[in-house]
Order: sequence, then structure tokens, then C-alpha cells
Amino acid sequence: MSAVEISQVNKIFSTGKQQAVEALVGIDLSIEPGEFVSLIGPSGCGKSTLLRLVANLLEPTSGSVLVNGKPAKQARLDQDYGMAFQQSGLFEWRTVARNIELPLELKGWDKSKRQARAKEMLELVKLGDFATHMPWQLSGGMQQRVAIARALAAHPPLLLMDEPFGALDEMTREHMQAELLSICAKTGTTVVFVTHSIPEAVYLSNRVVVMSPRPGRITDIIDVGLGSHRDEDTREDTSFFKCITAVREALRGIEVTDIVRGIEDR
Amino acid sequence: MSSQPRTTARTPGSMSRAAGRVRRAVMFVVALVLVALAWEGYKAVGPEAGGDVLGAGILPRTNDRVMPHVWTMISRLTDPVQRGRDETVLRVVLEAVWYSFRVALVGFTIGVLVGMALAIVMLRFKVLERAILPYLVISQTVPLIALAPLVAGWGGNLQWGSFVWPKWMSVAVLGAFLAFFPVALGTLRGLKAPSAASLELMDSLAAPWRRTLWKLRFPSAVPYIVPALKLAASLSVIGVVVSEISIGLRGGIGRLIIDYANQATGDPAKVFTSILGAAILGLAMAGLVAIIDSILMRNRPKGAAA
Repeated sequence: MSAVEISQVNKIFSTGKQQAVEALVGIDLSIEPGEFVSLIGPSGCGKSTLLRLVANLLEPTSGSVLVNGKPAKQARLDQDYGMAFQQSGLFEWRTVARNIELPLELKGWDKSKRQARAKEMLELVKLGDFATHMPWQLSGGMQQRVAIARALAAHPPLLLMDEPFGALDEMTREHMQAELLSICAKTGTTVVFVTHSIPEAVYLSNRVVVMSPRPGRITDIIDVGLGSHRDEDTREDTSFFKCITAVREALRGIEVTDIVRGIEDR
Repeated sequence: MSSQPRTTARTPGSMSRAAGRVRRAVMFVVALVLVALAWEGYKAVGPEAGGDVLGAGILPRTNDRVMPHVWTMISRLTDPVQRGRDETVLRVVLEAVWYSFRVALVGFTIGVLVGMALAIVMLRFKVLERAILPYLVISQTVPLIALAPLVAGWGGNLQWGSFVWPKWMSVAVLGAFLAFFPVALGTLRGLKAPSAASLELMDSLAAPWRRTLWKLRFPSAVPYIVPALKLAASLSVIGVVVSEISIGLRGGIGRLIIDYANQATGDPAKVFTSILGAAILGLAMAGLVAIIDSILMRNRPKGAAA
């Protein structure tokens, strides 16, 4: 059974009198359990929309989205996935630990069980000493780690991430990428990851899905043959650069102005 | 209050916060002394029989009947309220303040609850927001004086079994009538404050509307609700003092001001003691809200209000 099965999905935004926008056309994508898949493409290619269809925050106009073999809506109701956004979106009135407990509260877990899990998640993201801190006392990178811990708190099999490191500086960003890989290796979580950054997509992914705008569609899927063990040396590797070139060329098929804008937007 | 930087309890900031409190208390006393000095200063140099500026008689007279000395007012506080009675003026004024404070507190509480309920209803049903909001705005243009006899009249007809609507309840309702308005608007704005990402997060966690309200929207609204509470507190005091006078409720500071004003010819300092009482009433309500503020806003980042 695939972790995510998207078949023949179209999404059209029709907002009143304005002309309808074809956000996504004819999307087919199958993601295996434990796989790390990045969606990359210029602004307006519908990668965030596609992620929101998987999350069932949007309904497709036609076609079907299955998560864990269930319709996306059922998967959302069952909390079969966790989600992290560009803004960490932590609740500033809750301590770090209580932020992580949020999904568990909504699942109706009792307090002691929640606290034990929050502690475990904090260890996982290496913030064990910060349980009682308030989110605004943490740096941007630490906040994003808390957001990841929150997304994974209920141990969902699937993690959906929408440019989670987009607001971080380059150093923190690379560090967070390595952290994310080690967390996924430990938990075996499937990840769908939206990004603007080619090196980020290549470093993290098993497969990179290249998308193009107007209408939003998948133009290429590139297998990243870097193996499962990746560290700082991977970034210096020739096969790493080869993959970056491959993704860049796939993106080059798309209108140039879009690429330039897309990459600078990140 | 809100301009004061908020620091966490753990940091050394609590030291400077205590220092800030002392500084504010000192400034309060200094301001009080300055007002007293200005009063006495004008009394010393101003024209005894009033004066004209460019033909308009706007300079107040400075005789003891219109402007009693500050020390006369203060000493009046400790005098008996009437010859032959033990009660001092201060005692009577404070008892009136306590009475009005309790009525204002009831009005404030009703106003806050009604305001919040309206905000929730307007948030839940967009149509109702468009339907209700204009009426809320219009309601605040109705003069309280016009409304007071109406409310008192309705209240007089209310009776459930042995329960008879007390007169003070009408006064509290009129206080609530002024207090609910800023709370309704502030809360509504605050409930709409969460970012799209936070709302998506709650959706992704399959949180029903009610739980999103309690876990996300209400906590996000706190920085908007607190300033609204400050307005509501002073408005409920105004509402109660004015309604006491226009309904004719005995026992409160509003009525006392009128009583003492009527005695002003023979006893000019007395009316100022009741005005002092009204100021104490306002301060007490403001202090209460300051306590609510510090409880609600603990552990929040400084400058949390958007």
C-alpha cells in the first residue's frame, strides 16, 4: 500500500467573477512508505496546493487522493499525518512542551501520557532542556524544531512540510536538514516536502518532483541516487552536484522568468 | 501598563519591574501634588470675582465658596457628616464608593460576558456580523439618560416568584450597556487574529470549530481583550454613576455627589470629597483590570498586542 496515492487530480480555483485558475492539471503521483519526496518548482506551480490536497485542507476538483489507503479526509480525521509550515506557528501562550502536546490533546490523550510523549519528542529534536521555555524565548531554528516535534508527536506515518526552513538563514537551514534526515531515519516517517531550493530538495530526497506553472503540472520526477546515509560530505559529492544539475535542467524547461523568481522567493 | 516592557519571572527583569512600579507610584504622588499646587496657585493669584478673557467670562472665581482650599477639603474628610453624628465624611464617602463599586462590578461582568458572547456569535455566523454590528454601533449613540428610566421601568415589572428585580440591578444593566461595546469589538477582532497557518494547523489536526475557538482563537484574542477590558471598566463606572443619579438609586457615590452638590452653598468643600470618592471608584476598577491584565498576559512576549 502506498503512503500517498494521487491519481488524475485536477484543482481549479474559481473565485466569483474572476477567471477560473487551473492550479493543478492531471496530477498522478505515488509515494511509498518511508520515502522522502520533495516538490519543487517556481511560484504558482501549485506545489503548496498539491500538499494541501494531500492534507485535505483543500478538496480536489476531480480525481482522488488516498493517504495510507484511506480517502484524504478520513486520514485527516484520523490524524494520519503531521504538518509543519514555513512559520513555526507555535502558540506563544503555551510552553514548548505544551505546544508539542497540542495534537495529543485533540486526540484526547490523558495528561501523563501527553507529558511523557512530549518529553520523548523533545529529546528527539534535541531540545530536552527547553520543555518549560516559552516559544518566543527560542531562536528561529529551535522554534522550527519544536514545530517538527509537534507534527510528529502523535507518531503519524506521514509528515507534510511546506517550506519549513524557508525563513531560516543558510547555516541553520543546512543544520536543520541534517537533523530532519536523522529524525526520519529514526522514525521511518514518510515525508512530502515543498521547497524552492534545489540543493535542499536534492540533499533531503529520494525523489524530486519538478513542477511547472500555468497550469500547474508535474513535468519531471528525478531519482536522487545518493543512498540512505547522507552527511555534510554529501554536499561536496560529485553525484550531489550531478543531481542538482539534473533538477536545474528539468526546471530550465520552464519559462526562465518563473525560475528566477521562484528561486529568489525562498 | 502596556508600555512597560514585559519580562519573564525567571530573568533579572523582575528587579527592574519592581523599580518601575516604585517609579510609577512616585510619579502618581508627584502629579497629585502638582495638581494641588496649581489649584492653590491659581487661587492665590486669580481674580476674586472671576475674570474675562477677550470679553468672555471664563476665569473661575477664586473665593472659598467656589474654590475651597485643598486643606479644607482634606480636613472636611475627617469631620462628622452632620452635627451630632459620629460618622465622618470619609466613612460615608467610602461606603458609597464600596456600594457603587459592587454595582459597577456586576455591570462590568455582565457587559464582558455579553460582549464576548456577541463576538463569538458574530464570528460563527458571518451573516449575523453584518446584521448585528450596525445596531451595536447605533446602540452606543443612545444617551444613557434617555435609557435609564426605560430600563428602571422594565425592571420594575419583572418578577419571578419571590424574586423582585432590585433597583440596583437596573443601574448595573446600564453600566453593562456601556461596557459590552468595546469588549464585543475587541474580542471579535482578536478572535479573527490567528494567522492562516495557525488555523490550517488546527484544521490539519481535525480540530472541530469549538476546540479551535478555545485552544487557538481565544488565547490569540487575549492581547485584544485586555485593552477592551480597560475601556469597559471605566465605562461601567461612568454608566453606574450616571444611572444612579438618573434612576435615583440611594447608597452609591453618584447620588452622594448630587446630595453634596446641593449643600455646596453652605459647605463648599464637601462636594469635593464626593468627587474624590468617584475618582477612588475609577481607580479601584482600573486596579482590578490591571490585576486581570497581569494574570492574562503573564508568560506572553513583550509587545504581544498586534
